[in-house]
Parts: sequence; structure tokens; C-alpha cells
Amino acid sequence: MNILEISQLSLSFGGVHALQDVSFHVPKDTITTVIGPNGAGKTSLFNCISGFYKPQQGEIRYQGAPLRGIKPPKRAALGLARTFQNIALFRGMTVLDNIKLGAHVHMKTGLLGSLAYYGRARREEMEIREEVERRIIDFLEIDHIRRQPVASLPYGLQKRVELARALAMRPKVLMLDEPVAGMNREEKEDMARFILDIREEWDVTVLMVEHDMGMVMDISDHIAVLNFGQVIAEGKPQDVQQNPDVIKAYLGNSDIDDLRKRLNPDREAA
Amino acid sequence: MRIGDAKQTYLADEAIWTSSTQKIWFALLLAVLLAFPFMASSYLLYLGCLVGIAVISTTGLNILTGYTGLISLGQAGFMGVGAYTVAWLSLNTGLPFPVTLLAAGLLAAAVGVLVGLPSLRVKGLYLAIATLAASVFLHFIFAEWEPVTGGMEGLSLEPAHLFGLEFRSDFAMYFIIVPLAVLALFGAKNLFRTRVGRAFIAIRDRDISAEILGIPLLKYKLMSFALSSFYAGIAGGLFAYFYRVVTPESFPLSMSIFYLAAVIVGGMGNLLGGVLGAAFMTLVPEALKLLTAVMTPIWPNAPVFMSPMLEIIFGALIVGFLIFEPHGLAEIWRRVRRFFHLWPFRS
Repeated sequence: MNILEISQLSLSFGGVHALQDVSFHVPKDTITTVIGPNGAGKTSLFNCISGFYKPQQGEIRYQGAPLRGIKPPKRAALGLARTFQNIALFRGMTVLDNIKLGAHVHMKTGLLGSLAYYGRARREEMEIREEVERRIIDFLEIDHIRRQPVASLPYGLQKRVELARALAMRPKVLMLDEPVAGMNREEKEDMARFILDIREEWDVTVLMVEHDMGMVMDISDHIAVLNFGQVIAEGKPQDVQQNPDVIKAYLGNSDIDDLRKRLNPDREAA
Repeated sequence: MRIGDAKQTYLADEAIWTSSTQKIWFALLLAVLLAFPFMASSYLLYLGCLVGIAVISTTGLNILTGYTGLISLGQAGFMGVGAYTVAWLSLNTGLPFPVTLLAAGLLAAAVGVLVGLPSLRVKGLYLAIATLAASVFLHFIFAEWEPVTGGMEGLSLEPAHLFGLEFRSDFAMYFIIVPLAVLALFGAKNLFRTRVGRAFIAIRDRDISAEILGIPLLKYKLMSFALSSFYAGIAGGLFAYFYRVVTPESFPLSMSIFYLAAVIVGGMGNLLGGVLGAAFMTLVPEALKLLTAVMTPIWPNAPVFMSPMLEIIFGALIVGFLIFEPHGLAEIWRRVRRFFHLWPFRS
């Protein structure tokens, strides 16, 4: 079953065609990755799914129902959670508050309840705190920084806090925009492990944009390749890896054998 | 030094005061506030009431500008709405002050929502200009809608009353103003440790991501405008009861700038900053006048020389704060606290 189905999606800004007739699907309970060179339209695709961009044509179906016309906050409530390419944490808040903010759509406290901090408002805050502590902060191993302002954290930890915030949204589809960009090897391995664990333990479908081919090939179940706003290949990692169009898109025309090796580092080692 | 800070429940961890030292200091503060009117001279009492009113209004503006990131130059206009509401109600209905103040807050909140409507489309300086236009418009209504506002003459009103008690003197007004200021601060403190307050801060820091994370921007921006103007309306209502006369000139544009300056000097997005900023902006001009009076015996020409200088010195002090303490007075307070948390050790 496909949790997300994208069909014939087109998005353009003036004369620039960010997405042209893009169709692919995200099977439920998989890790699906969208790859492609810079400017291929990957983040635009994410923004269409989040509802921040409105595609001119085509349709996105989520759990069988079309998303058209649903505003971004409502989409978040439906279980579409995401992280951002350039970390989008709220710099004026602590780590804990950032994560709690992710649970916003699952809370009910209104203005008066917030002002009074009494009865249901307080109970709800405590429930969220407990959920965040037990399920997320422990799991992502960020208990030592929960009181710190996010601005003071190193890059790798900020990425992890962003993941924590997305998890607090109780996602059904977790969209990760370049989760390991700019990380060192150790941080990348941690993040890959978290992503795999999330798929196993949280009953979440992961949709990811990533450039790190080693990680993409290792953990993805399903890959779609975008180039110049079009899907040029879709399928299992090993199939996509062999696809000549993909190799060409990434690396140009010259000396395909050498480039194929660079795309498949493990084979080279073997 | 701070020790023994471990908590066993999340509730204790998220309390306003997390140590008994803090509770003791707060109890002391309350005691001082309570004892103040019995000890203070009538002049100090007058200033105390003014600071109390300024604290409420500054806290309101801090919620909007400091925490939600929406710059407003309409604060004086919203206070005016509150003041005229109180004046009109007490003249025409004779209702007791809790009712008139609540009405003042609610009406100001409604006006605030209207003024806040452009905030979905415009922000920053553009929003400041939009709110400026609104405050000019409100000023026009105060001056021209004679049957209700009394035109340029304004309205004079009777003292606040409740259950036959009259709050005529500054001494009596102090016991309305200061508890309301404390209540206003508690409300704001609670707000920013719960869901709605977090949404405000998220909108300030990154509005686009906030929307994708599930926060409807218009709803929360208007909520912030409503709450901020509610505070302004209450402050304006207290202002009306305090001076017992309300004219269009009571709430000039410079007053909006005064509150914006108080928020910035105190520390944007910091409740204590709002309190310190309000006190600073109210008391420093008075302190400078006092300084002139003290200097007069030694230097007979002081009043002649100093009175035009006061505004300049005051302005220079504000500029100095912006340069040397951009995070406001609250940051100084935080440094002092940190020192004592570590004392007698150094970090």
C-alpha cells in the first residue's frame, strides 16, 4: 500500500519549471529517498507535500485522499511531519520547548487555559512533557542538552533536535530534508541508526531527501531520482544504481565506468 | 551557590520557582510591595502607581513585539480605547471597577484584533506603519466623536468604586493597580510555559516553519494582538481611574513610542525586562528632575541649565543601553544572578 501517491505534479515559478509532471509513490512503512543533483526540485517537492507551495497541476494523495486545498497546519495535524534543509529551529527557545512545540497540533489548551496554567492546561503540559521525555529525548540521546538554548548547540545536535521536534508531531510520514548534510562520519552513522530505529519502532514511513549516496543506498527501501524537475528513475536501490540515466544525470557523460565505481563505493572495495 | 536542584516530578521541574531561595525572595518582594504605600511619601506613591500602570502596558506590548515579533505603534491608542471605555461606563452606568476594567480590556482586545488583521500580510516596519495609521485613526475618533468621548474636552469621571468603597486617593488606587500588575505578569509567565506562548515565540523566530509545524499564523497573530491590547485596555482603564480625566491628548503617539522603548530598554521577549524597562522609562526622568533639585543649593543656575538638558540626558541613556546592553536591563539582572549561582566559585 502507498501512503503517498504523487501524480503528474507540475510546479513553476514564472518561467522556471521546478517540477514537471512528477509521479512517484511512497510505499507505507518504507524508507523512501528522493535523490537528484542540486536544483533538481527535491525541496520544492517537499514544500508541495507540506502545502507551502501550491502546484499548478497534478495531485498528491495521502492515505488515499487528495491533499489539495488543505492548509499546512492541517497537514501537520494529519501526520505529515518534516525537518528542513537549513535547520529551522526556533532560536529563542530551549531544546525542550522546541520539541514540545512539535506537539502543538496534538494539544488543545487555548489562550485562557494558557494564562491560568491550571486544571486541564497544566495536565496537558505534563502529559506532553512526559511523552517527550520518555519517547523522544531518551530515544535520541539528547537528555543532557534539554535545558540549553538551541542556538548554542553544534550543528549535528541541532539536526537531532529538529528530528526530535518532528517526532513530537506524532508523524505518519516523516519527511527529512538532508538529515546528514554537513555531518561527520560518526554523526552520520548515528543519524542513520536513528532513522532505521524510527521506522522499526514508531510505525512511521520515512521520506527523505539526501545527497550522501553511501547512506542512501544503505538504508533506503525505495528510491526516486529527480533531475531538472522530472523523475528519471524509480525503484530499489540496486536498480537505480545501475540505471544509465541516473549515472548520466549525476556525473555527466564521460567515462561511465569510473563514475559507476564512484557511485558504488562498496563494490569497489569488494 | 545553587545546589540541591534535583526534581522528582515534571511539575516541580516546570514550576515558576524551582528553589526555595527563589520563593523566599519573591515573598520578600511581595511584602515590600505591600508595605510600600504605608511608608512612602505621596510623591513616591504617585510614582509607584504610574510604574504599575506602565508595567501592565509594557508587558502587553512585550507579548506582541518581544515574543511574537510584531512591531506595534498602536499601544497608546489601545490604552485610549480602554480609558474611554472606563470613563464612559462609569459616567453612564456607574458600574463597579472590576466590570468596567474588564469591559475596557475586552473592547481594546476587539480593536486590537481589527488593527492586527494586516499582520498576516505585512511585518516589520510595514506593520509598524499600519499600526501607526490605526493609532492616528483612533486619536481622530477620540477627538471627534463628541457625544461619546466628549471631544477635545474629554471626559471626567468619578473615582473607582466597589461595594460602596471609593478608591479616591493614590493610596487606594495603589491597591488596585499593583495586584493587577502582579496578576498580569503571572498570566504572561504562564502563557510562555504553555502551548500558546510557544506558538507566539515560534512565529517570531521562523514564521514559515511554524506554519508547516502546525501553527495557523493568522489565528495566533490575532490572538497575540488581542491579548496585548487587552493588557493595554486594562492599563488605560487604570489610567482613567488614576487621573479621573481622559482627553485625546492623554494618549499621544509619543506614548506608543515610550512603551516600545520600555520593551527594548528592558529586554525584548523577557518579562522581567518589561518590568525593569517600564520602571526605567517612568522613573529616570523623575530622577533627573530630582537631581536638578539636589544640585540647586550648590549651583543656583541648575534649573535653568538642566531643564532643557533632561530630555537629552534621557535620550542619551537609552542610546547607551542600546549600544552597551542590547539585550536590555534583564541581561544585567541575569549576569548578577549567574554570579551568585556560582559564588563563591568562579566559572
